[in-house]
This record gives sequence, structure tokens and C-alpha cells, in this order.
Amino acid sequence: METKQILETIQMVSEDHLDIRTVTMGISLLDTVGDTPAQTAKNVYQKVVSYAKNLVPVAEQIEREYGIPITNKRISVTPVALIAGHSDEEGLLQIAHALDDAAKEVGVDFIGGYSALVQKGFSHGDLALIKSLPRVLTETDLVMSSVNIGSSKAGINLDAVKLMGETIKAITDKSDTANSKMVVFANAVEDNPFMAGAFHGVSEPDVVINVGVSGPGVVKRAIEKVSGKSINDVSETIKKTAFKITRVGQFIGDLAAKRLDVPFGIVDLSLAPTPARGDSVAEVLEEIGLEQVGTHGTTAALMLLNDAVKKGGVMAAQQVGGLSGAFIPVSEDAGMIDAAKDGTLTLSKLEAMTSVCSVGLDMIAIPGDTPATTISGMIADEAAIGVQNNKTTAVRILPTNGTKVGDMVDYGGLLGTAPVMPVNSKSSAAFIDRGGHIPAPIHSFKN
Amino acid sequence: MIQAVVTVVGRDKNGIVAAVAKTLSAHNVNIIDMSQTIMTDLFTMNMLVEWEDPERFNQIQADLTKTGEQLGVTIHIQREEIFDAMSRV
Repeated sequence: METKQILETIQMVSEDHLDIRTVTMGISLLDTVGDTPAQTAKNVYQKVVSYAKNLVPVAEQIEREYGIPITNKRISVTPVALIAGHSDEEGLLQIAHALDDAAKEVGVDFIGGYSALVQKGFSHGDLALIKSLPRVLTETDLVMSSVNIGSSKAGINLDAVKLMGETIKAITDKSDTANSKMVVFANAVEDNPFMAGAFHGVSEPDVVINVGVSGPGVVKRAIEKVSGKSINDVSETIKKTAFKITRVGQFIGDLAAKRLDVPFGIVDLSLAPTPARGDSVAEVLEEIGLEQVGTHGTTAALMLLNDAVKKGGVMAAQQVGGLSGAFIPVSEDAGMIDAAKDGTLTLSKLEAMTSVCSVGLDMIAIPGDTPATTISGMIADEAAIGVQNNKTTAVRILPTNGTKVGDMVDYGGLLGTAPVMPVNSKSSAAFIDRGGHIPAPIHSFKN
Repeated sequence: MIQAVVTVVGRDKNGIVAAVAKTLSAHNVNIIDMSQTIMTDLFTMNMLVEWEDPERFNQIQADLTKTGEQLGVTIHIQREEIFDAMSRV
């Protein structure tokens, strides 16, 4: 019996917030298409409920037996636009409600995959789905949505960029918080277990279990022990810690898959913060040596963190996938909130940070009177970073009506609170209104 | 055979080991190894235990929690594989 290791593991959970952030069951909906949207909705409900009925009890029993919290139990499904080719907005609402009802029936936290992939152009179902978003995201509770508007292979669909800017504004007009349930992607991945962007890609099997690990608190605690030492020591320490965290993810995922009799897919090696103190990616960056996140050196520290997490995690997992890297959602991270409030962390700096980490502009509150074309401009910039650098980028931005810069907006629970951040007041309209398609970058032609 | 690690942390007092052992014994749980120490007044004990029936985990855990409440200490029980997963390659 290795007393030291036992105590270390227990401390990681009880003091450093180590958890499995999510066990996500991916379910294909490709065989649920009916003759009518109503029939499709019925098939969707039945399939999701029958496949996922044991997900929550099995995950809870694993938490109990192994003493590792599984914070979220989730479902991801095939991008709904793919099964809604002959549905109009009303039909899509029926399918969205079927997903919401199924998620509630089986007791999961969220269901993702109310999604469309439009990087090359829109199909009928894609347009209907995007049109339905303001109603779906305000009339359902647990449905999460994503729209992929660009890829390194296809370039950037500027018409979609424009449409999503307008859609985000339309959602804001109905609800201050519903935009937290939707993300605009470039290079979206097919096996991501994290919300809001989880969906079950078309090349995935009928059903699969994916796991997302977390643990910024554990990484921070480990780095505290190499205070004042060389950056090489920081990198090594993060790698070792990420290895341990990922081993837990691999173990729990494998176990959940076996107990549910479902194939095990991937471990997403991510550092995902929560609003709790001590569970913050910003605090990790500050422990590396920044007075506050957002100052000069932040991008370099984040690059090191992101890379070391992957290097440590890759060896510990059988198959790595998803987004894999550090998440920097502002409202969900106590240190990011502080830095944004103090003005140390700006939108421009966040954009730079997204070029070296796994996501994009995430959970950022902006004034409600920000023009749609400015939001589209932000989406276009993020997509450009992703498309040019062969990585995933995303925008989950939260314009809030009636707020001005510096106001605090509360999104509730794990979504946290965010200060309204200033945006550039010069117009992007003439660029966005051109429409059309930004071609794929030259280095995408590899065949 | 199920193997698990029991950890007990709290203020030292008479009868902690006896009470925990009694609860375990009532479930036919065998103690394979144990280590105990006092760190600045804080009683810390780890036990490696095993038993046959996997279905009994929840009941054993509930009874240990109850014993802990009576003693004023915190008792955790976790299946042992999690420690191997994290610390051994």
C-alpha cells in the first residue's frame, strides 16, 4: 500500500478540484429520419432514451466507488441539420424538443448536436436549423448548438459568418443568456465531449463514450512546487501532472464504456476551469509567473501550458481526441473574470491567446448594442486563426442588451459571471456584407 | 474479489481503529494492510481491504460513513484500481 500516492490522489480531489469534467455518450441519429418531422422527432426521442437510459446511474455509481466526481453526464448526437433535410423551422423545433425531453428523461446535464456544418455552403436543413436557433435556444433547456462556418480544407463561408452574427443578435433579443448554449466553430471536431460544441460526427460509430478530463487546480498546485525554477521544470511538471489526470480519465472512461456495453472513444485532454477559486486556468498562468493573466507573456505561458498538457496526456490515453488543450472561457474562470474586470485582459489579447490554445473567444460578455457585423468580424477573425493554423477555433460571445462596459452579467451555475468587455467601435460592415467565400489556404492542398 | 482503500482522517480519540474494524468485519471485509499516523493532532489511517461481493460496496460505504459520523472523523472508501491507474505505468 503506497500511502503517499493514496493521500496525493485524495488531496487532488478534495482540495484541488480534480474531476472528470464530463462523460459524454455520442449517439448517431442517422437512422432516425422519418417521413415527417414529427416522425423523426419521435424516433429521435426513442433512440436517445433507449441508448442513454443507464448513463447517469452508471456514472453515479462509478463516482461512488472510485471517489472521483464526474461533474457532467452528457449526450452528443449527429448534427441535427443532417437528419432534417426536409424539415422547416417548425419541424426543427419538434426535433429540438424531442432532444430536450429525452435529455430530461434520462437525467443528463446537456444534450449537444443541434448543429449544422456549413463551411462549404448551406443545405436546406442547415438554413432551417440556423433560422430556428433563437426559438430553440430559448424554448428548450438542455439543448446545445454549434455551427461550423470554416475549415482548413474548405475555407471560410463568409455568408455563414454574416448570418451567425445576425443570429447571435436575434438570440440576444429573446434572452440574455441563451447565447451561452451556442458556439460558432472553425475546424469543429467530431468527437468533442465538451459543451456547447459537442456533436457526434458522421464518421463515428452508432454509439460511443467520450471523456473530458479537467484539473487546472491540480496543475497549479504542482507548479507551486517548482516556484523560481527554470521554465523547463514547469513544462516537465505540467507533463507529469497531465499524465496522472489523463490516466484517471482513461480509467473512468474505459470503465463507464464497459459497464454501459458501449465502445470507448477518446479522452479529451483539456484543462477546463470552473468559476470556483483554485479551479482556474488563469491562476495556472499566473503561477507560471504573470502578475495577472492578460499581461505581456500570457500567450507564451499559455502556449507552454497547452503543449505540455498534450504531451503529458497523449502517453496516458489510448486514443486522444476532442479539443484537447487549455480552455479560456472568461465567465467560467475566476482569474479571467478578475483580469477582465481590471482591464488587464482585453478582447485583443484573448484573440491572440486563442491562436495557441484549444478553443477561441469563449463566454465573453459584450455590450448589447454591438452591431451584428462586428460580431461577424470577430467570428471571421477567429475562423481565420483556426483555418490558417489547422486548429479548432470557436466563438461563444454574449451580447447583453441594456448593459455597458464594466457591468457584470450572471449566467448561473458553471457558466459563471462576466464583466461586459469593450469592443472595437470601428465598423466591419462593408467587409462582412461582401458575402461569398474566403478560399482555403494554400497549405491545405496536400494531396 | 473487490479491493478498496479506506481512509480515515480526523481528531484522534479512543476506539477509532476498533470501530472501523468492527464495521468492516460486520460485512465480512478482510483488512489486508493498514498504516496509521498522527500528524499534528490529526489521526490519519489508510487501510487496504477486500471482500467478495461487488454488490455490497454501497452498503459498506454507507455504514462506514455512519461510523465516521459517530466518531467525528471522515471516512472514505474508494476502489483500489483508481490509485494504480494514476500512479503506476
